[in-house]
Amino acid sequence: MRRYRIRKDDSCVSCLRCVSECSFGAITASENRTLVFHHDKCVDCQRCVSFCPAGAIYITEDENRFRENSVFRKDDISEIILQAETGGVLLSSMGAREKNIPVYFDRMLLNASQVTNPSIDPLREPMETAVFIGQRPEKIQRDKEGRLINNLPPHLELKTPILFAAMSYGAISLNVHKALAAAAEELGTYWNTGEGGLHESLYPYKENTIVQVASGRFGVHETYLNTAAAIEIKIGQGAKPGIGGHLTGRKIIGDVSRTRMVPEGLDAISPAPHHDIYSIEDLAQLVMSIKEATHYRKPVMVKVAAVHNIAPIASGIARSGADIISIDGYRGGTGAAPKRIRDNVGIPIEFAIAAVDQRLREEKIRDRVSIIASGGIRNSADTVKAIALGADAVSIGTAALCALGCHICASCHTGRCAWGIATQDPELTKRLDPEKGAKRLVNLMNAWTREIKEIMGGMGINSIEALRGNRMALRGVALNEKELEILGIRYAGE
Amino acid sequence: MKKEGEVRISSGCAISGIFCRDGRRITGEAIKKSIKVMHNRSNGLGGGFAGYGIYPQYKDYYALHVFYDSQTSREETERFLDRRFDIINLSKIPVRQTSAIADAPLIWRYFVSPLPHMLQDSQLDEDEYTSLAMIRINDSIDGAYVVSCGKDMGVFKAVGYPEDVADFYRIEEYEGYSWTAHGRYPTNTPGWWAGSHPFSLLDLTVVHNGEISSYDANRRAVEMYGYSCNLLTDTEVITYILDYLTRKQGLTLEECSHVIAAPFWSTIAATEDEDERNRLSYMRNMFSSFLITGPFSILVGFSGGMMALNDRLKLRSLVAAEKGHTVYFSSEEAAIRVIEDNPDRIWAPRGGEAVIVTLEKEAGR
Ligand code: SF4
Ligand code: SF4
Repeated sequence: MRRYRIRKDDSCVSCLRCVSECSFGAITASENRTLVFHHDKCVDCQRCVSFCPAGAIYITEDENRFRENSVFRKDDISEIILQAETGGVLLSSMGAREKNIPVYFDRMLLNASQVTNPSIDPLREPMETAVFIGQRPEKIQRDKEGRLINNLPPHLELKTPILFAAMSYGAISLNVHKALAAAAEELGTYWNTGEGGLHESLYPYKENTIVQVASGRFGVHETYLNTAAAIEIKIGQGAKPGIGGHLTGRKIIGDVSRTRMVPEGLDAISPAPHHDIYSIEDLAQLVMSIKEATHYRKPVMVKVAAVHNIAPIASGIARSGADIISIDGYRGGTGAAPKRIRDNVGIPIEFAIAAVDQRLREEKIRDRVSIIASGGIRNSADTVKAIALGADAVSIGTAALCALGCHICASCHTGRCAWGIATQDPELTKRLDPEKGAKRLVNLMNAWTREIKEIMGGMGINSIEALRGNRMALRGVALNEKELEILGIRYAGE
Repeated sequence: MKKEGEVRISSGCAISGIFCRDGRRITGEAIKKSIKVMHNRSNGLGGGFAGYGIYPQYKDYYALHVFYDSQTSREETERFLDRRFDIINLSKIPVRQTSAIADAPLIWRYFVSPLPHMLQDSQLDEDEYTSLAMIRINDSIDGAYVVSCGKDMGVFKAVGYPEDVADFYRIEEYEGYSWTAHGRYPTNTPGWWAGSHPFSLLDLTVVHNGEISSYDANRRAVEMYGYSCNLLTDTEVITYILDYLTRKQGLTLEECSHVIAAPFWSTIAATEDEDERNRLSYMRNMFSSFLITGPFSILVGFSGGMMALNDRLKLRSLVAAEKGHTVYFSSEEAAIRVIEDNPDRIWAPRGGEAVIVTLEKEAGR
């Protein structure tokens, strides 16, 4: 079905670069080197546009449109037509797109110091962005001489409050994993393997690696668990709460098959639930068995999607012995998800952070666990707002992929990513140079960290922990009373 | 206009403190003279004093200073106290009518001790028992406000310039070994007596100059442990943090200073002694929610001692001086010179470096 229209202008020099760049077969060449456009195949990934040496290519929304109807919009109609033809579930990728759900980060504004207290210049004074995440005991302990005993369980130490979110090998290429791992090491933060196992070539990055244990248990073995700084139990993800995963056998080839420990060509199916977790006490058992397997030397994280009951769920997780709760909001990305689930299930991360932070405080256990928020963090300001609402740190997936070239065309599930990210096709994966990719990720994180310092300095805050849960730093605009109440913030001008 | 507690009001201030390490008791005259020098640092919307060692004849009883809006709130409070405490003595706090101080509430003083069987049933220690009861009064009895509730100490505060507050309370008639004073410059306030400083809980009193940028992070953290920050002031939240860290966690005040004005990570990393390095990073990590950022200088009074502390960047002035057995702290050197023009030593404590003084015969807290 045609969504976009490909055009070129006179400056085209017929180099046919776009033909080789388009991995979706939307641009081909005829025998006499004239371009043929197959508009219906274009996904608007912008690869051809970026690479055309003459700037001759244009991709636009197709101006042919259905008759306007305020109830049945264009997508509604074309999806009905598609489903009527195929009888299938609509698949999509990346984060939710429902335009009618606001991005609440954009409705919160940050504070700055004027007169009554000074702002702090980050170029002149130390500005601390380092965070420790993990469990804290309730009480201090002293030895017989009265000296303090270090009774803190294992922690993760981040130089900046941003991690790379879980993205699995199989869904994305090994080169992406390489770039993430190298960048995390240089930045002093962590990357996350996702549920597809850890390729052996990445073992040297173990100090900066978080390994995931998901319902399919792909690639999980003792060495895997111990080749990491922390272990994440994945219960759900924001893009598809309550839904498992399905990596088609076509992608289970070579190293992917070996790393996942799934025979070549066989579909890798992650069941919707963990079949050993049907209730909260089962989760506590899994947390404990992972701690046993790793000799209590590594923090255990539990990742859940932000759903309606997120506050009590988080409280249950905090009491299960987990050290860190990772909450993925409604707008969180994915390599593949049923479109209806992606766009209709879950709640925005802003509300989830606020509700969970508040609930854990009411239960007096907020200091016992750390919270990592994800799902639509786009920039440093979102990061600061998430922390002021109550998160300890955030993790970014889509933003990291954008740094590597992704243009959010939401076609990851096709496996044909023209940017060499969400694909296993060797012709495509080689488009991403892991070293250059790592450099770009480092640049991005350094830029955000600089901005975070500027924002903090403006507020007169010189350490990130003084920002955590500091909701007076936020004011709302275009929010109703209920939204303000749940976010726990005041309206602008109040 | 909203009352203090319904809205957060920022303020600049002056603070001053005198501590006699030899336990010598001096009248409130000196502290009044000292704070008066800094008249310009206040705007007449709040002043107050804390004195220690002022009730030697009742030193084993909790001394309650209470404000009432009406006789009804007094009666209700006294009924409440009667059920929980032995009231050894009660009286109005004697005041001197002055034109500078208006709209005074009813101001009462009680010397009490917990009823033994009630205390036993509660399974709490007497400090916890008493502090819970006082927090209850402030939270739930309309028009009643407990100003201070420690042993052998008391807080005297009002809306007005500090020197006028001193005259009003006849502070020159009290003798104590330790005094702190506060003059307030709130950016806007309808002038509520309870909103003046010092702020106190049990024998802990805090006077503070500054505006902390970590306020809401600190408030939400300390409220988790049963405190409720009704006044929305920095001083209140600092007092509760110190109470929590010392009384509930068992930290020393010096350790507290490493929590609330924690050294920078870079300073910790450069600390040569490994044990000390580990101890500092442990404290910072364990109590990260209680790190206070933004400008502050505080004087913390407690039974037998006083602590002076600046924020780690030293964004507010704080001067210390020593003469014989007496130690002075103040926002301005002039306020020390006016009462001791020839100190043995005068210095500006560094940011984040606590100066703690205690009675010579008592061990440090
Ligand atoms: S799919 Fe991408 S590369 Fe192909 S025509 Fe469309 S925008 Fe260009
Ligand atoms: S990873 Fe590739 S396929 Fe997926 S959205 Fe980004 S550019 Fe498109």
